[in-house]
Amino acid sequence: MTTATFDLAAPAPLPLKDILPWAVFGGLILMLGLYFVGSEEGAVSLIKGMQVHEFVHDARHLLGFPCH
Amino acid sequence: MTGSLLLRGMVAGLIAGILAFLFAHHFGEPQVDHAIAFEEQMSAASPHAMQMQDAPAEELVSRQTQSTWGLATGTLVYGTAVGGIFALLFAFAYGRIGALGARATSALLAAMAFVSIALVPQLKYPANPPAVGSDETIVARTTLFFGVLIASILAMVIAVMIARRLWARWGGWNGATVAGAAYVALLALIFVALPPVNEIPQGFSAQVIWDFRVSSLGIHLVLWTVIGLGFGALAERRLEARRPGRAVYG
Repeated sequence: MTTATFDLAAPAPLPLKDILPWAVFGGLILMLGLYFVGSEEGAVSLIKGMQVHEFVHDARHLLGFPCH
Repeated sequence: MTGSLLLRGMVAGLIAGILAFLFAHHFGEPQVDHAIAFEEQMSAASPHAMQMQDAPAEELVSRQTQSTWGLATGTLVYGTAVGGIFALLFAFAYGRIGALGARATSALLAAMAFVSIALVPQLKYPANPPAVGSDETIVARTTLFFGVLIASILAMVIAVMIARRLWARWGGWNGATVAGAAYVALLALIFVALPPVNEIPQGFSAQVIWDFRVSSLGIHLVLWTVIGLGFGALAERRLEARRPGRAVYG
């Protein structure tokens, strides 16, 4: 053991009211990103056509999303 | 603080996405090409099967674009988004799951994320290359995929809650063992309850399916390893100023 001592107390958690707004708005936008990579123009579709689907086609298959 | 962690999570996720892309391009794309070759062979053999298959009559996006820019866009957006969500989860877990420092918390959470959102769902409904899966069942397969994903995440959350409760009373090893057993039992229930999906066409190479699925898991493993270790390093610098004489495990 070196000069460092081990302090086994848990670090102070971040207050929930600091996390919540980021979780709601950040989480929402990030989920939208996942939706476009994973599901748009598959089972459900917001944009007409298959452009998005075809563009991310390989990533969708390889990440394991059901594709077609 | 949370905003700063979110940004760091997205940066770690972006880097993870780039490495996942390289992995996917090198190990996954050959399998996609094999599958598409099989698909074309099949549609050449029977013209009726044409519209069931994945290639539309006119090619919207070339194979070249799909396997490079398309794949890169997909993995980078996925990595960045997942990294950000991971950071939000970390912001909640840090300091609330015992005496773990930023790096250990990040590594533990990433390992749990890999198991619950990649490994377990794929054990039930593994990734499929093009030519596997018919268009008519896409809605049902999508529902089942997200169903098993949500069930898997819930099972992990329940297991962690059990572990936390038992930890203080029974000690770390006993608590974690019981929670682990409960987790496995929950997964068994989920796997039995959900119907099987098998749409592999006759004559499709078993080797290609296996290699494709292993490379899919490999992509997720690369992604989560880099997020877990990369974000941990970035978060530690923000959260834990180096103080002499004090070291937190991790």
